[in-house]
Amino acid sequence: MSTQLKVDVRGLSCPEPVIRVKKAIEANPGEPLTVLCDSFVSAENIRRLSGSLGYNCETTENNDEFVLTITKKV
Amino acid sequence: MDRKKILLSGLLVGFLGVLLVYFGNPANMGVCIACFIRDIAGGLGLHRAEPVRYIRPEISGFILGAFLTAVLTGEFRTRGGSSPLMRFFIGMAIMIGALTFLGCPLRMVLRLAAGDLNALVGLVGFVFGIFIGVQFLKKGFSLGRSHRLPAANGFAMPVLALVLLILVMSAPAFIFFSESGPAAARAPILISLFAGLLIGFAVQRTRLCQVGCFRDLLLIKDPHLLFGTIGIIAAALIMNLAFGYFKLGFVDQPVAHTDGVWNFIGLAVVGLGATRLGGCPLRQLVLSGEGDTDAAFTVLGLLAGAAVSHNFGLAASANGVTPAGQAGVLIAAAFLLVVGFAFTKSNISVKQKGGATHEHTA
Repeated sequence: MSTQLKVDVRGLSCPEPVIRVKKAIEANPGEPLTVLCDSFVSAENIRRLSGSLGYNCETTENNDEFVLTITKKV
Repeated sequence: MDRKKILLSGLLVGFLGVLLVYFGNPANMGVCIACFIRDIAGGLGLHRAEPVRYIRPEISGFILGAFLTAVLTGEFRTRGGSSPLMRFFIGMAIMIGALTFLGCPLRMVLRLAAGDLNALVGLVGFVFGIFIGVQFLKKGFSLGRSHRLPAANGFAMPVLALVLLILVMSAPAFIFFSESGPAAARAPILISLFAGLLIGFAVQRTRLCQVGCFRDLLLIKDPHLLFGTIGIIAAALIMNLAFGYFKLGFVDQPVAHTDGVWNFIGLAVVGLGATRLGGCPLRQLVLSGEGDTDAAFTVLGLLAGAAVSHNFGLAASANGVTPAGQAGVLIAAAFLLVVGFAFTKSNISVKQKGGATHEHTA
C-alpha cells in the first residue's frame, strides 16, 4: 500500500486550512500530500503556501470540492 | 499577478474611501463598517443616539456587490454551522471595541492616511490583538467546521441588504435619519451604493482583509494581503493631500478622541475578535453576501453590539471614553479570551500515514 498523507480542511475558517497544511508539510518534509478543501479562498491560500514552501500544487475540482495534490518541487 | 490585483483593490478602496468624504460622508469616514452599521442600528430605531441614525447604502452595496460577483463567478456557496451563536457574540464584542476606538480596521487605515496619529496607537493595539489571536490559532483554536446548507439560507443577507436599500430610498416614517452629527453627513444614495458595490466586488475577488494582512504576516510570514492595506493607505493619502483633508497630529481629529490607552484596547479587542472569526468586519460583510451564513451571524452581532454600545452609553465620542465604555470594552476583551480557551483543542490530528484519513476536530 502506498504511503499517503491527507488533510481535510473542509468547512474551516481562515487561516485554519493553511495552518493545518503547513503543519502537515513541516512534519513530513518532501512527502506528497493530498488536501480536501471546499472553499475557493482556502484553495488559493494553500496554493500560495505550497509555492512559498517550495512545493507544487495541482488542483482538481470534484462536486464543488477541491482536491489539492501537493508535491515537492524537483 | 495576484499581488497586483490585491494592490489595485486596495488602491480602489482607499480612493473611494476619501472620495465618499468629498461627496458628503463624515470626515475620515468615507467608509467605516462599524460606524455605518451603528448608523443603521440607529436608523432602524435599535438605539436612541440621535446623531448616528442613517441607513448607510454602502453596507447594502458591499453585500450586494459581493453577492453578484460570487454568483457570476460561480463562487456563491451557502454554508454555515461553525459556531454561529458564538460568532454573533464575537461580533458584538468587536463592535464594542470598534466604538471605543471610533472606527473599524478600515477606518483606522483611512484615519492613518489622513494624518490622525490616534489611529497609529490604535494600529499598535490592533496588531497586539491579532498577535494574541494568532497564539491561540497556533495552539489549535477553531470555531469548528461549516457545512453546506440549502441555498435559500444564503440569499437571506442579500435580500436584507435590498430591503435596507428600499428603506433608505423610500424613507418611510418609521425609520430615523439624523439631522445633525456624523450620520447627517452623507454622500448621495446612488454614489454611496455604487461605491459600496465596487468595494464589494473588489474585496470578493481579492479577499482584501485588514485582519488577514497582519495575521498572515505573523503566522506564516505571508505579505500578500499587506499589499492591499498598503494600497488603501497610498491611495487615501494621495486623495487626502489632494483634497486638503490631511492633517498630522493627535488633537482635533474628526470623529476621534485622544485617549491612547482606550484607542489601543478598543482596537486590540477588534483585532483579537476578528482573528477568532477569520476576517475583518468588511470581509465578514462580503462573506455574508457570498453565502456564508456564519459571517451573516457576525454581521447581526455587529448590529446588536452597536445597539448595546449606544443604549448603555459604552460608545466613545470626541470627548473620550466613558467609564461604562471602559468597563464594556474590558468585558468584551475578557469574553474573547474565554472564547479562546474554550475553543482551543490541541489534540487535533491533521494527518495519518497509510491511506486512511483520521481526524479529530472540534
